Amino acid sequence: MHELSLAHGIVEQAAEAAVKAKAERVVSVQLKVGRLAGVEPGALLFCYDLVAKGTPLEGSRLEILDLPLVVWCAHCLKEVELPGVQSFRCPTCGTPCGEIRQGRELEIASLEIEP
Amino acid sequence: MSQTRIVEVRAGILKKNDELARALRARFEQAGVYVVNLVSSPGTGKTQFLERTLADLVAAGIRAAALVGDLETDNDAKRLARSGAPVRQINTHGRCHLEAEMIGDFVGDWDLSSLDFLFIENVGNLVCPASYDLGEALRVALLSVTEGEDKPLKYPTMFNSADVALITKMDLAEACEFDREAAHAAIHEVRPGMTILEVSSKRGTGMAAWMTLLQERRAAWQSHAKSVARP
Ligand SMILES: Nc1nc2c(ncn2[C@@H]2O[C@H](COP(=O)(O)OP(=O)(O)O)[C@@H](O)[C@H]2O)c(=O)[nH]1
Ligand SMILES: [Mg+2]
Ligand SMILES: [Zn+2]
Repeated sequence: MHELSLAHGIVEQAAEAAVKAKAERVVSVQLKVGRLAGVEPGALLFCYDLVAKGTPLEGSRLEILDLPLVVWCAHCLKEVELPGVQSFRCPTCGTPCGEIRQGRELEIASLEIEP
Repeated sequence: MSQTRIVEVRAGILKKNDELARALRARFEQAGVYVVNLVSSPGTGKTQFLERTLADLVAAGIRAAALVGDLETDNDAKRLARSGAPVRQINTHGRCHLEAEMIGDFVGDWDLSSLDFLFIENVGNLVCPASYDLGEALRVALLSVTEGEDKPLKYPTMFNSADVALITKMDLAEACEFDREAAHAAIHEVRPGMTILEVSSKRGTGMAAWMTLLQERRAAWQSHAKSVARP
C-alpha cells in the first residue's frame, strides 16, 4: 500500500502548482495514471481525501485519467493499444511486444482552480 | 458560482524519488559498483539466495555487500552477515517498499569504490517496490516454484519492470508439480524475452549460471555506463 505516500506527493505538487498559479482555491486535480503505474485508484482516492485535510487542497476533487497500455508492434510497425496488462502481445498479429509507449505515467496533468 | 480555470501542470508524482535515484545511479557508476535490486513476495527466498550469492562472491574474491529492507526485524541482516560480506539493515518501520532516499541514507558514508557489487533485498511485496527506482543497474524479480506459475500474470507491473526473472526453490519443483513451461510462458507474456534463471539456494543448483550472468552484466555495464533512469 504505497498509495498513501503517492497521495502526499500529489498534494505537495498540486499545492506548489496552485501557489505558482496564484489560485485561491483548487477545485480539482487531474491525474494521469497509466495502467502499469501500479496504482489502485480506489485506494488512491481514499488516501487523497485523507491527506488533503488541513492543506490548501482540502475539499478538492482528485480526477483520475486512466491511460491504457500502448506498445510498439515491430510486425505491424505501429503503436497498438493493449486491452489489459497481462499479455504484451499485439491484438492484431499476436507478436510479443516489449516496447512500452504509454502506460507508466503517474503525473498531474492539470488543476482546476479559482479564480 | 465563481469562475474556474484550468492550468496545465505536468508534475510527476514520483519526481523526488526519480531524481534521488538518478543521483544515486551516477554515484554508483562513478564508484564502479554494480547494484542489484531483488524483489519478490515474502518467503520466495530472497534472503537465502542472497546469502548464497554473497558467500559465493566472497569465496571468489569478489567484493560484495548487501542492504536489506525489513519491516520490523533484523533477522535477515543477521542471516546475510553469515556470508562474511558487509551487510546493512534498513528498518522500514512498516513501510511496504524501499525508496531512493532510504538507500541514500544508508550508503551515505560507505566507501562504494571498495565494492564490485551491492545487493539490495527489497521489502517482500510484489506491488509497491515496482514504482520506486533505487538507482539500481539490475532489477531481479524472484518467483518460487511453490507460488503458482501464474503469479507474473497477477503482478504484471512488477514482472514487467524487472530485467531478469529468477525461479527459486527448484529443489521442490517435483514435489509441487511445478509446470516449468507454464511459468516461463507467464513471465514472457508480461515481459517478452526476459532472461529467466532457475535456482535452488538450498542445493546450489543454477548458482554458476547466476554468477556468470552477474559478471557479464557488470562488464557490459562498465563498458557503457551512462546514467539512464529506469523507464
Ligand atoms: N527448499 C528450499 N527452501 C528454500 C529455498 N530458498 C529459501 N527457502 C526457504 O523458504 C523460506 C523463506 O526464505 P527467505 O529467504 O527467508 O525468503 P524471503 O522472505 O524472500 O527473504 C525459508 O524457510 C527458507 O529456508 C530453496 O532453494 N529451497
Ligand atoms: Mg528476506
Ligand atoms: Zn502487430
